[in-house]
Amino acid sequence: MAITEPPKIVTSRLAHDDSHTLERFLATGGYEGLRKALAMTPAEVAAEVDAASLLGRGGAGFPAGRKWSMVRPGPLPYLVVNGDESEPATFKDHLLVERDPHQLIEGVVIAAYALQVAQVFVYIRGELALGLERVQGALNEAYEHGAVGRDIFGSGFSVDIVVHPGAGAYICGEETALIESLEGKRGFPRIKPPYFPAAIGLYGEPTVVNNVETMSNLPWIVAHGGAAFAALGEGRSTGTRLFALAGHVRNPGVYELEMVKTTFRDLIYAPVLGGGILHGHELKAFVPGGVSAPWLGPEHLDVPLGQDEVAACGTMLGSGSIVVMDHTTCALRAAWRITRFFWRESCGQCTPCREGSGWLEKILWRIESGAGREEDLDLLMDACDNIAPGVSWPPQQTTICVLGPSIPSSIASGIRMFRDELLLHVKEGACPHG
Amino acid sequence: MSHLSDDTMDRARQLVELYPHPRSALVPLCHLAQEQDGWLTPEAIAEIAELVGVSPAEVHGTASFYDMLHTEPVGRYVVAVCTNIACMLRGAYELLEHVEQRLGTGVGGTSPDGLFTVEDAECLADCGRAPCVAVNHRFFGDVTAQRFDALVDDLVAGRLDDEVPPHGTLIRVRRHGGLRVGADQVAAERRAMAERAAAAKAAEAAEAEAEAAAAKDAAAEEAAKDAAAAADGADEAHGADEADEADDVRPADGGS
Repeated sequence: MAITEPPKIVTSRLAHDDSHTLERFLATGGYEGLRKALAMTPAEVAAEVDAASLLGRGGAGFPAGRKWSMVRPGPLPYLVVNGDESEPATFKDHLLVERDPHQLIEGVVIAAYALQVAQVFVYIRGELALGLERVQGALNEAYEHGAVGRDIFGSGFSVDIVVHPGAGAYICGEETALIESLEGKRGFPRIKPPYFPAAIGLYGEPTVVNNVETMSNLPWIVAHGGAAFAALGEGRSTGTRLFALAGHVRNPGVYELEMVKTTFRDLIYAPVLGGGILHGHELKAFVPGGVSAPWLGPEHLDVPLGQDEVAACGTMLGSGSIVVMDHTTCALRAAWRITRFFWRESCGQCTPCREGSGWLEKILWRIESGAGREEDLDLLMDACDNIAPGVSWPPQQTTICVLGPSIPSSIASGIRMFRDELLLHVKEGACPHG
Repeated sequence: MSHLSDDTMDRARQLVELYPHPRSALVPLCHLAQEQDGWLTPEAIAEIAELVGVSPAEVHGTASFYDMLHTEPVGRYVVAVCTNIACMLRGAYELLEHVEQRLGTGVGGTSPDGLFTVEDAECLADCGRAPCVAVNHRFFGDVTAQRFDALVDDLVAGRLDDEVPPHGTLIRVRRHGGLRVGADQVAAERRAMAERAAAAKAAEAAEAEAEAAAAKDAAAEEAAKDAAAAADGADEAHGADEADEADDVRPADGGS
């Protein structure tokens, strides 16, 4: 597939070193989308977002317009922006908050206007110190510029935005956990139903929670029209999307690509993108959408980067982060590290997740360190089956949130794709990769 | 005499005022206390509890959930070495080993000089520059053993004081701006906005009802005509009913 050259929707300013400043923002069309939105009715703004068919960029890929339609017409008490990016190897929101904070703020005010919200909380992952400073700085400037606060650009619409720092907890990316955290509590996901904070959200009030990248798309959508956005991509996957590429590639980084028009092969091998595998090595496997997603192998390289296209392979595009593993990678060690992550980040509410993740991590480490038993692979699958019965994709739900059922993904992938290699650990009493 | 300084206390009260419910300020206040002390002391916990109206145990229980909030003292620099998948593939564990050797302490420990605390971190979202290290949440990418040694030398010599503030200082940009009006006025404005929206909705609904009634009349008329005419006319009347239902649905969708 050829790599298309779509308009840069969310990364247009990143070529400039001062992309985070108000001067650069205003010199490059900044806040024009907002001015246009304020001249429209809230319903018209929402209709443009509907027409764009913008899928939420947080990981679940739920249509943003549909999330909004649950609470429209407003006014809606609260809009919360999810900037708690913590899915391993996902680093696109990190880029957006540091490099183009005004674009995020513009998108947030547009959303607030469409939903008739008077109070917004922008929850940003605590570890992103520079990002927090940049967004707070930009917000101060935006208040002064009249783009946030009272009577925005003389329109009569007012909204207050508060930047709220997280404090280090992966689970707070789950929207109900994020709301608990924002209420000053431990980040425990809430029991469903209700499935959406649109019913019961922050302080028990209807709330919309949208991702940073989702918000950052709005200025362009309003300025150019939802139809122009929907004309990019294919099928349900419209527009462009940020893909975070990491691992054994020559040029890791964040790339804005047109949805569906680019394949994994393009992303990993094209000289202008990933540039191929590091040291000219062979590709062994790759994680297609955050570590919660089952892995894919070289035979899947020609799958297009689209929501449904990747789902058809029994995995997900998820958070849009791709981790490449070359032939020197120990598949067992990779599965162990991912499992260790889930074990450390499990909030501890549900037994299958809290206990299962720990047991799995210990068994994996036993095999990796050379003390494994042949029956350990069955034991692993049995424990996985207790967390997500059937170990299928999408997984069966046994827990309050999707963290638990995501745990078996890497283990099942490792066993399915590299069973012999895993058994070699047991036979040789050591990791064959040293 | 409070444990938190006057300046910290002023900022704490401003933070509490940002939220509709004081408890929401709990985590930001913990960050603020860490900015003053480097970690979350029992004295600070007690005062935060008072500020947000919960017990000290609630503050401690909440704070202990979060990795960034330290209820034990830490060094001036908390060195977080990411070892998650993307960094592991690029040598993070080898780097961590070097970091432990150089600083003379293991994961979770603090160096003998009290300057550095070492952490084995989960993904820090800087995977384009793996392996990465964050010192007091300031990022350093593509870190090798040599670059780490140079980084430590720079920190010790104070050459990075502007870039890397002491542990606990998270956001050096203070908030200014804001609605600057009382909560009462905001509430009144919100009520007025809600009333306007409700009135608009009612007007829309009334209009839709009138339309629906008109459609129903037309349908009834047609149905009567059809009934009088041929048997296949019943299908058309059914079609009109469906259109009627569709009309009823539209206003609930917000007229979008």
